[in-house]
Amino acid sequence: MHVLPYLVAAYIFLAGCYGLATSRNLIHAVGCLAVCQSATYVLLLAVGYRDGATAPVFSDLKPGSRPVVDPVVQALTLTDIVVGATVTAMLLALVLQIAKRHGTVDPDELRELRG
Amino acid sequence: MHHLLPLLVAVPLLGAALLVAMGRFVPRAAAEITGCAVSGGTAALALVLLLNSSPPLVEWAGGRRPTSGGSVGIVLVGDGPALGMAMLASLLTLAALAYSWRYFDEPPRGHAGSFPALMLVFQGAMCGFAIAGDLFNAFVFFELMSVVAYALTGYRIDEAKAVQGALTFGVVNSLGAYALLMGIGLLYARTGELAMTRIGRGLDAHGAPDALVLASFVLVLTGLLVKAAAVPFHFWLPDAHAVAPTPVCMLLSGVMVELGSYGVWRVYGTVFAGPGGIPAAGLTRALVTLGTLTAVTGAAMCWYQRHIKRLLAYSTVAHTGLFLVGLGVLIPEGDDGIALYILGHAGVKAALFACAGALLDRYGSVDEHALHGRARELGAFAVMFAVGGLALAGLPPFGTALGKAIAEESVGGPLTVVFVGASAVTGGAVLRVTARVFLGLGPRPRDAEYETSGSDERPETRGILRRVPDSMTAVPAVLLAAAFAAGVVPGFGDLVSRSVNEAGSGGAHASAHWTLAGVLLGLLSALLAVALAALAVARPGRVGAPDRALPLRRLQSGHVGDYVAWLLVGATALGALALPGLLGG
Repeated sequence: MHVLPYLVAAYIFLAGCYGLATSRNLIHAVGCLAVCQSATYVLLLAVGYRDGATAPVFSDLKPGSRPVVDPVVQALTLTDIVVGATVTAMLLALVLQIAKRHGTVDPDELRELRG
Repeated sequence: MHHLLPLLVAVPLLGAALLVAMGRFVPRAAAEITGCAVSGGTAALALVLLLNSSPPLVEWAGGRRPTSGGSVGIVLVGDGPALGMAMLASLLTLAALAYSWRYFDEPPRGHAGSFPALMLVFQGAMCGFAIAGDLFNAFVFFELMSVVAYALTGYRIDEAKAVQGALTFGVVNSLGAYALLMGIGLLYARTGELAMTRIGRGLDAHGAPDALVLASFVLVLTGLLVKAAAVPFHFWLPDAHAVAPTPVCMLLSGVMVELGSYGVWRVYGTVFAGPGGIPAAGLTRALVTLGTLTAVTGAAMCWYQRHIKRLLAYSTVAHTGLFLVGLGVLIPEGDDGIALYILGHAGVKAALFACAGALLDRYGSVDEHALHGRARELGAFAVMFAVGGLALAGLPPFGTALGKAIAEESVGGPLTVVFVGASAVTGGAVLRVTARVFLGLGPRPRDAEYETSGSDERPETRGILRRVPDSMTAVPAVLLAAAFAAGVVPGFGDLVSRSVNEAGSGGAHASAHWTLAGVLLGLLSALLAVALAALAVARPGRVGAPDRALPLRRLQSGHVGDYVAWLLVGATALGALALPGLLGG
């Protein structure tokens, strides 16, 4: 088992969190959230990886003739990408509306809801 | 019977699709009736399934049953708690739709079906999360529920605060969901399974827990606790609840947040409870610590709010803390008590939000100071608000009081103080609002520097209402009556505890009934709540001084980056609290 892909996933997740915490622009923040999500893609694909295996597509491959990577995690990743696209679109639409109503997308200037 | 389980998700989703497709061409009444019929029909279906849920129903959707190699299908589990939560979500959706009948006088231009459609998707997602038997589908429904909730929170896109609260909600909850997914990925890596029971068995087969199990536990619980709004993951909740339309608040506070606690209970019980998971001591330490912190923080912040919807939101945070403490002690009676508490709390909190919505539409404000003495004419709402406050404090014989009494008895010792204190303070805050807003008692309190005022809110109706429509009065009354019935209908408590225990604690049957100590503690906290409210109204300078909680209030900075940082702190704390159990074992 290689540890590297897991470390990469953790690094990407934390880098995204760092970006979110220090963001000065909400569009950038939504991008950072997408970065956090790519960590889950890396993790899931790393989980399914097998040495010397090929893609789990059996059109030109006899089942059982050679190892394939785990198709379940690939399905999960695909679902995850769809979910992520929905979330990102939704949040960007909200940012657009914030820019219209508040005239700014800097979270430091959006401090109405507090205390 | 178990083949009907997927319909709990499919019916609301199809109803929503129908509404979106034809919403442009039908009048508003037709869209509303369709919405109510679909959500009511789903509730009836959940009830029928619930009555047949012993032994638990299990459905592998599409007939993809597990083979010898492993399972890849979608498994739905319909046991008592799952179907109970699905039914609660459906009934509250029905109540919220009935409430919004006259509420949104102005539907989105040209599309009468959009609001009921979103509510139905929300309902379907909550039902799906409740009955999901595998972790990945739980994640998908978790995200679906979240995305619809963001859309509903920011539904009035012309409102500056609404879109801001929705974005905070969105960023924090989605980050939590990704943490949840990372945890699920790690569990899949270890066991090669996604169905919860099979993951649990896989972990046990692997032997003693190690760092990977701990990491997945922390990540999964982070996601669920963000949804449950446990401290320090809770910052999104007051922002979202203060700005969301009132019918949406009823659902968010009444059932969505509770689904987070339910998820913690479900995931720990089926995945991590075995010898290969997290030792019971570790979970108890983590949940009781975070739960106590949540209850204390939520109660304190609730007390110092003047924005009425925000006040109710913080009381939900406080009660979440109590739920987590009750579930964290891992005693069958604790689970029973919390199940009853969640049912009673849902009715009471939704009713209180409904009353706050009536204030907003009648006066264009939900600010305790600005509304001082102005709502004298709304006699029915004054009664309901006061009754709601007392029920929140745990006055017998409400369902909240029965649940709280049973939970108090099972946690025992000093934690009883947390239960009595948190419920008394939150109930007291609601009673204080009643006294000031509806009765006009006491002097008008002075304003503080660091707070959110509820004055400049726009009513959700076309203009300010001259009189409150009957539907908006009837819904909170029915909800309060339901919360009352949950405590007094003979046999209801036993029914709940039997189904919870059958699902959770392997048939260790406990019975739920009133005890003398429970009644006395309930009366004590109700009395304390009245005393606190009276003191606050009579002497606003002494107990109402907002400056005392300033350090706590400054944490709620309104900055989304701060909330993300707190989420990481919370995840680290969770790991630190669960770690000693692993080292010792």
